[in-house]
Amino acid sequence: MREPREYDDIPGTYILDGQHSRKGYHLNMFCMSLNKADNRDAFRADEAKYLEQFPMTAEQSKAILDRDFLGLLRLGGNIYYTFKLAIFDGLSMQHAGAAMSGNGMSFEEFRDMMLAGGRSIENNRSKTNEVQEYPKWPK
Amino acid sequence: MAKIIGGIGTAHVPAIGAAVDHGKQGEDYWKDFFAGIEPCKEWIKQNKPDVCFIVYNDHASSFSLENISTFTIGVADEFEPADEGYGPRKVPSVQGHSEFAWHIAESLILSEFDLTISNKMDVDHGLTVPLSIAYDQPDEWPCKVIPFAVNVIQYPPPTANRCYQLGKALRKAIDSFGEDITVAVFGTGGMSHQLQGERAGLINKEFDIDFLNSLVSDPAELAKQPHTHFIREAGSEGIEMIMWLIMRGAMDDQVEEKYRFYHVPVSNTGYGLTILENK
Repeated sequence: MREPREYDDIPGTYILDGQHSRKGYHLNMFCMSLNKADNRDAFRADEAKYLEQFPMTAEQSKAILDRDFLGLLRLGGNIYYTFKLAIFDGLSMQHAGAAMSGNGMSFEEFRDMMLAGGRSIENNRSKTNEVQEYPKWPK
Repeated sequence: MAKIIGGIGTAHVPAIGAAVDHGKQGEDYWKDFFAGIEPCKEWIKQNKPDVCFIVYNDHASSFSLENISTFTIGVADEFEPADEGYGPRKVPSVQGHSEFAWHIAESLILSEFDLTISNKMDVDHGLTVPLSIAYDQPDEWPCKVIPFAVNVIQYPPPTANRCYQLGKALRKAIDSFGEDITVAVFGTGGMSHQLQGERAGLINKEFDIDFLNSLVSDPAELAKQPHTHFIREAGSEGIEMIMWLIMRGAMDDQVEEKYRFYHVPVSNTGYGLTILENK
């Protein structure tokens, strides 16, 4: 385990730092493999069999098969990689965003939130709510 | 000698490329956006840069976790659009300027910015969307392009200050190239957005506007901000905004903002565009 860091306090955010990257390396490299059309075909033909070539944990493989987008982040995934799986499924970033919101938000609700200006920063800065004052750029 | 004629800051949201590629510019969702970026196309038409130096990030397209480079300059003669999972964008291949790129690579390394040099890499939406914003849909891109990729995925990315200082060294490299050509520098990415986790969808307009203001008037202060400030306020993917500071560092200390456009939302992102010229 690494030392506590300032960004640990940011809610709902999974930073791909060194330890996260170690944990998710094979998971992320599986996602990366979907950049190649031949690999997409092979994965489509037999998802579980395709995953066998990547030395992941059973939990990671299950999260891929279940399309558990939030779980993938917690297991070492990074969104730029895990989004390859959403692309594979023909889903947009807003589908993935809704799935990761973790509160049962639908795609339509997520889309409408974005049209209304996005998720507010208010009450989303800090898990402990200690950093709520927006520090202006010093003038 | 080579001369820098402008700096352009723009987000590089992939949905913009998809809207161009599929002819959606007139749809309700997009029409205000495309009207808002029209002055960028006008600026490009009037100023016709010979070379666009485009600072962008690869999104697990050409680079993976196998090898992680903080700064990568593309020195090849040609770069192909990358397959990001849906097949490559149907846009022209990108013509490099190998001689100039090598000059910049050598100059930057001797200025103590230790780059990775790439003779072979594909370029993803991070680079081709800014080209679409500037040039729309030509049969060939009417400029040469030097791709400059920055790691903003694996923490820690370079600091904002490192990017700003690199921009200053880039200016020296551009100014010392012997060919009489004009150069536009693009800083791309951002603005506020978070694609991941329970906080996905975050947009912070107030932060973005302050960033655009400070980029003109006080970039040195922006350069002092730590990573966590960007991540907390602008979202985990909002950290991409550090790349605009490379562009800003390459400009004079005093710049004039010729145009600005801000629009929410573009997909999951706060979109910003700025065009800067030296005073």
